[in-house]
Amino acid sequence: MGVVDLTAALLRGLAVTVEVTLLASLVALTLAFAVGLARLSQAAPARVLAAIYVETLRGVSALVQLFCLFFILPLFGVFISPMATAVIGLGMNFSAYGSEVVRAAVVSVDRSQWEAARALDMPRALTMRRIILPQALPMMLPPFGNLLIEMLKTTSLVSLITLTDLTFAGQRLIETYGRQGLVWGLVLGLYFLAAFPLSRLVRRLERRVAAGRAGGP
Amino acid sequence: MDFDAGFALQILPTLLRGAATTFEATLGGFAIALAGGLVLAVGRRTRFNPLCAAYIEFMRNTPLLVQLYFLFYAVPLAGPRFGALETGVLGLGLNYSAYISEAYRAGIEAVPRGQWEAARTLDFSSRDMWLRIVLPQAIPPVVPVLGNYLIGMFKDTPLLATITIPELFGAAMHIAGTTYRYNEPYALVAVIFLAMSYPASLVVRWQERRMKARQ
Repeated sequence: MGVVDLTAALLRGLAVTVEVTLLASLVALTLAFAVGLARLSQAAPARVLAAIYVETLRGVSALVQLFCLFFILPLFGVFISPMATAVIGLGMNFSAYGSEVVRAAVVSVDRSQWEAARALDMPRALTMRRIILPQALPMMLPPFGNLLIEMLKTTSLVSLITLTDLTFAGQRLIETYGRQGLVWGLVLGLYFLAAFPLSRLVRRLERRVAAGRAGGP
Repeated sequence: MDFDAGFALQILPTLLRGAATTFEATLGGFAIALAGGLVLAVGRRTRFNPLCAAYIEFMRNTPLLVQLYFLFYAVPLAGPRFGALETGVLGLGLNYSAYISEAYRAGIEAVPRGQWEAARTLDFSSRDMWLRIVLPQAIPPVVPVLGNYLIGMFKDTPLLATITIPELFGAAMHIAGTTYRYNEPYALVAVIFLAMSYPASLVVRWQERRMKARQ
């Protein structure tokens, strides 16, 4: 098999990688907002639970978490597909990091915004939704972009729970054709081609957000 | 579904031996990353900048797992052969040196211009300027960031199991594979990881607060 055929075979794996990346990121984003806002909640139990969630998931390797889901859930009688395991596992793992992004951005909005809304007798939830979050969101974009790149790279772990992603496709090709150097080189190249434009985009976003903040009052 | 505490106790020594390898790999990899990161960070301010930048971008935009596969499976075919543990330590070190160089870079950029200019004016050699003026001011403020990377590397060590290194996670995989009992080994690994990385992250946060207070 030549380079072209190998690349074609790897591209099918890349499609799975992109699919897992997007789905898991969606799960992570949703949970990140829920957990991040829970950590800022006025209810102490919500804050404590959210903190335990974050510290536990951040303290343990993503790979260990995936294996826990993959091997331990079936013992509880819960059977989910490897794809669902990957999406839920990586989604939960990254939501812990994402929730810190949400929290940091919300906290960085100036206190006077809260006070002004309070003075206008705006309820807390409405203040969050209409005043605070719209100002916090732009600040979240660059760190979320970085997490997306991390997610893209971390999806390589799903090859270890039998998903046929880019890394898995590389392993398969090597089992059949050998050529370790060429195949792993191509796999690395494809990951790079997928991640590098994202990195560039994030860097531009970072500069824009920084410029916006510096130009403010 | 049950958690057999007796079995868990029985496999604990094996897992802890694995944890010793995990520590070894983390410390070795981190030492390489600290040195490699420094070379890259300083290299970015020389004519080797494009080379260093390309290396950093490549390492940061490809998965560690595949980098390890490349080092372990492809590189030996071209000649250089190392043991599995050496390869894993080298892989972790090469990968993290890219991230750590960025931490150093932030520290170096934060050294006031006047310090560089004064060193030049006083005719310091560039070696003395780096070693006596710039780095002593650049590195202490980024120590908490380095600490975060140390914890990050620790959490990446399970990947080494995929290149046959019997560290903590590899030991658990082996136990699970031979006994068909999954919940005890994997749950214990998760607990051991948490027990080690959470206190470490508290230390880093405390350091961060101290650094902020000093500014």
